[in-house]
Amino acid sequence: MGIRIVPLFVAAFTLLVSTAVFAAPPLKIGGLFAVTGPAAFLGEPERNTARMVIDEINKAGGVKGRKLELVVYDTAGDATKAVQLATKLIKDDKVAAIIGPSTTGETMAVIPVVEREQIPLISLSAGSKITDPVKKWVFKTAQNDALAVGRIFEYLQKQKQTKVAILSVSDGFGSSGREQLKAQAAKYGMTIASDDTYGPKDTDMTAQLTKIRGSQAQALIVWGTNPGPAVIAKNARQLGLKLPLYMSHGVSSKKFIELAGDAAEGIRLPSGKVIVADVLPASDSQKKSLLAFVKDYQNHYKAEGDHFGGHAWDAVMLLKGSLEHGAATPDAIREQLEKTRQFHGIGGTFTYSAQDHAGLGKDAFVLVEIRNRDWVLVK
Amino acid sequence: MQLDQLLQYVLSGLSTGAIYALIGIGFSIIYNATGIINFAQGEFVMLGGLLTLSCLNLLQLPPWAAVPCAVAAATVIGLLFERLAIRPLRKPTPISLVIITIGGSILIRGLAMLVWGKDTHSIPPFSGDEPIAVGGATILPQHLWILAITLVIVVINRFYFYHTISGKAMRACSYNRTAAGLVGIDVQRMVLFSFMISSAMGAIAGIIVAPLTMTAYDVGVMLGLKGFCAAIIGGMSSGLATVVGGLILGILESLGAGLISSGYKDAIAFIILLLILFIRPQGLFGKAESERV
Amino acid sequence: MNRELLKFLVFSLLVLLAPLLFQGGYLMNVLVFVGINTMLAIALNLLLGYAGQISLGHAGFFGLGAYLSGILTATYGWNPWIAMPLAAVTVGLLAFLIGFPILKLKGHYLAMATLGLGIIIFIVFNETIELTGGPSGLSGIPNLSLGDFKFDSDIRNYYLVWSFTLGTVLLSLNLAASRVGRALRAVHDSEVAARVMGVNARLLKVQIFALSAVISALAGSLYAHTMTFLAPSSFGFNFSVELLTMVVIGGLGSIYGSFLGAALLTLLPEFLRAAHDYDIVIYGGLLMAMIMFMPGGLVRGIPDLLRRFAKRGRAGHA
Repeated sequence: MGIRIVPLFVAAFTLLVSTAVFAAPPLKIGGLFAVTGPAAFLGEPERNTARMVIDEINKAGGVKGRKLELVVYDTAGDATKAVQLATKLIKDDKVAAIIGPSTTGETMAVIPVVEREQIPLISLSAGSKITDPVKKWVFKTAQNDALAVGRIFEYLQKQKQTKVAILSVSDGFGSSGREQLKAQAAKYGMTIASDDTYGPKDTDMTAQLTKIRGSQAQALIVWGTNPGPAVIAKNARQLGLKLPLYMSHGVSSKKFIELAGDAAEGIRLPSGKVIVADVLPASDSQKKSLLAFVKDYQNHYKAEGDHFGGHAWDAVMLLKGSLEHGAATPDAIREQLEKTRQFHGIGGTFTYSAQDHAGLGKDAFVLVEIRNRDWVLVK
Repeated sequence: MQLDQLLQYVLSGLSTGAIYALIGIGFSIIYNATGIINFAQGEFVMLGGLLTLSCLNLLQLPPWAAVPCAVAAATVIGLLFERLAIRPLRKPTPISLVIITIGGSILIRGLAMLVWGKDTHSIPPFSGDEPIAVGGATILPQHLWILAITLVIVVINRFYFYHTISGKAMRACSYNRTAAGLVGIDVQRMVLFSFMISSAMGAIAGIIVAPLTMTAYDVGVMLGLKGFCAAIIGGMSSGLATVVGGLILGILESLGAGLISSGYKDAIAFIILLLILFIRPQGLFGKAESERV
Repeated sequence: MNRELLKFLVFSLLVLLAPLLFQGGYLMNVLVFVGINTMLAIALNLLLGYAGQISLGHAGFFGLGAYLSGILTATYGWNPWIAMPLAAVTVGLLAFLIGFPILKLKGHYLAMATLGLGIIIFIVFNETIELTGGPSGLSGIPNLSLGDFKFDSDIRNYYLVWSFTLGTVLLSLNLAASRVGRALRAVHDSEVAARVMGVNARLLKVQIFALSAVISALAGSLYAHTMTFLAPSSFGFNFSVELLTMVVIGGLGSIYGSFLGAALLTLLPEFLRAAHDYDIVIYGGLLMAMIMFMPGGLVRGIPDLLRRFAKRGRAGHA
């Protein structure tokens, strides 16, 4: 009797162990996106993309046989909520890494939490100060606004224009851009002839533009996200403003052209490569990723994939990369992330290091012009 | 500063101010009939724009039909708001009325977000967008529409309140509700009317401004507050005083943004509001009233 | 009075023991914010429920407290324990001064004036970038500490915040039961009558306004030192409305009601997360429904409802 039981035990035990191996619990990844509130235009495509990519990874059998699970919370663009939810992700859901939040303000608020709890965070927001100075646990995928500013100034320099007017929105995106514009002006030999702001909900900017018209500026740089810049484009057209108009990567989506209509013609802006994916030369190292992402998003959501979704795509793929290298704990994920070299994503080609957690170079941006309601590459 | 620059500030201010005035008159009409400040007034401005969008895109109506259709729909929502939220109130104190209209405004905004989404939408201008030169400044045809429609509405208002029976009845309610009831005026009906008229006016303001400013579910908040400032400057009159109030506010804002600081532009509007409330709560043009106990 | 004291002791005991239930989990963090929001709701309730004066600008006082504390400690390296009372006193003085003209107004006008004040304060947060960091926020605010003991975890912050909250509760209960409380209620019912009876209504209202601002500023400082990061968006008009909702839902004039309202509104989103797109609709609907069907708030409304059910039940049996 006793003898017969032993092999049964052994069999049962082996079964138990083997199922345990096969059914390793999915690795949890947290997502903090501003799906509602003023930054919903960021959070929604980000959430959609993150879900889409993780579904696909799981359909393909997960990473090294282990499935991923995305736990998503909506921060509504509110810093307090972002902090609470980051805590929840870490303490209750026990995630191994966090993707997000969507805005710079939220990210800055969350940083002390992840640094204390030692969980890697891949932020999707643009503010340069997120990774400058470098924080041990914080990475980002959105292109620094410093790079966008550099792109514009470089072009202006070539055009021999040295006096610029700035008009920025008074929120996190605008004030961060404004800071960069002012900080980098001297480096490119620019002087700022006029520096104005407008509110995110403002509906008429003719006053600011009238003032700018009266200044010495040779070009106007507008830093904001929809709908403000569209109003400004219309106002500028109404006033017959002759200055060439430059905008930020914050409006590089079809929505801006739709809102501004004819007034958008001739506006130039630095942009990630998503919107011009199909006209990029075949030699472009990002082209493959870009086309795949755009097509995928179109299939899933019947809408055009944009940069914001792209930031989430990059974040998930970067995580996937570090998991493929065998990382499974927050500590190991962080270490592997830092070793990322030459990852050709949507936002650009990422190379992280201990000194650089933003990972992108100036080639992440191209300068585009709006012509016939479409984007054209500016050489 | 050049003269044409100043002219541009004034012209821009006038057209924004006209919108504030229209919204302000909406506040005043309800206030005068009921003593309520309807915090949801701004939401009707938003509804006007978005309902027009739906009439144009969803129902495929031509613009001349879409506008009245949207105004009618907004009016019905105003009617429902009064019947479902204001009238059933058992003990209407000023505080409970403030809270309930704030609740209403949040509810309407939330529902609008569910119906129309969070995106900003644009509406085509009524008659093209070729700028018109005025001296050294420029305006758009839409600005002329705004000024003209504001003028027409003020004239109609004047006629309604002074030359029709129901308008006179509503004025009677504003002077003394109890007395108005005693002489046989159906006060409740007048209250309902006042809500309908003001939501229609809010909607009109929302429609004529949408081609310039675009519209989204949350545009009502700021516009509503500015409209209220206009009404306060005008001493809660439902006529010319509020129009002047709106225009003053618009011009000061525009000058403030151009000459002082664009960042503090909104603060200027609210500082004016506070100053007027502190110094002349009866408005710039009104006569002081003693408190009844 | 003894009964009140007993109630307070039971409440304190619950607060003291609550962490045992949520050891270390995320809810601990939420409970810290419940404490801060309770302070704010009580502050507003003193003004609204006792003195009958509405304010739609309390987020502004909350923010002023937070930013003063934050700037003094993060930028100028002050000790938080000195920055906190200084912030509270400054905000109190400001409220006292502005209270005289603003509280002359009544009802809707007061609502709009305080709203305007709140928006002006918000714009200042947004625009004084050199001081506040503007829209991108102010970071690097230190935690409070006692000697080597740093309040840097949720559980530590919980006890820190709640000791202030309980202090606020005690103060408010005493105030309500005192001569001042009676005078306030008289002002609430009829200002003119109160004035005739020899109550200096004007000064009393302004004092309560200032006290309310001081408590809000204290809550703000605590917020700054527990969050260690501030951005203007936390102190906008929406938050003023949220505070108002807390007070109304809990019940005007009820201190424990304010706690109930604050707890409910802070915890509600945790349970509504599945329906997060609808929460703005639910807020608005809740606010309206409370005023229409339960104007006394939950504290009075629920017993009322139970009594009505009991009565109907008895009638049914008979």
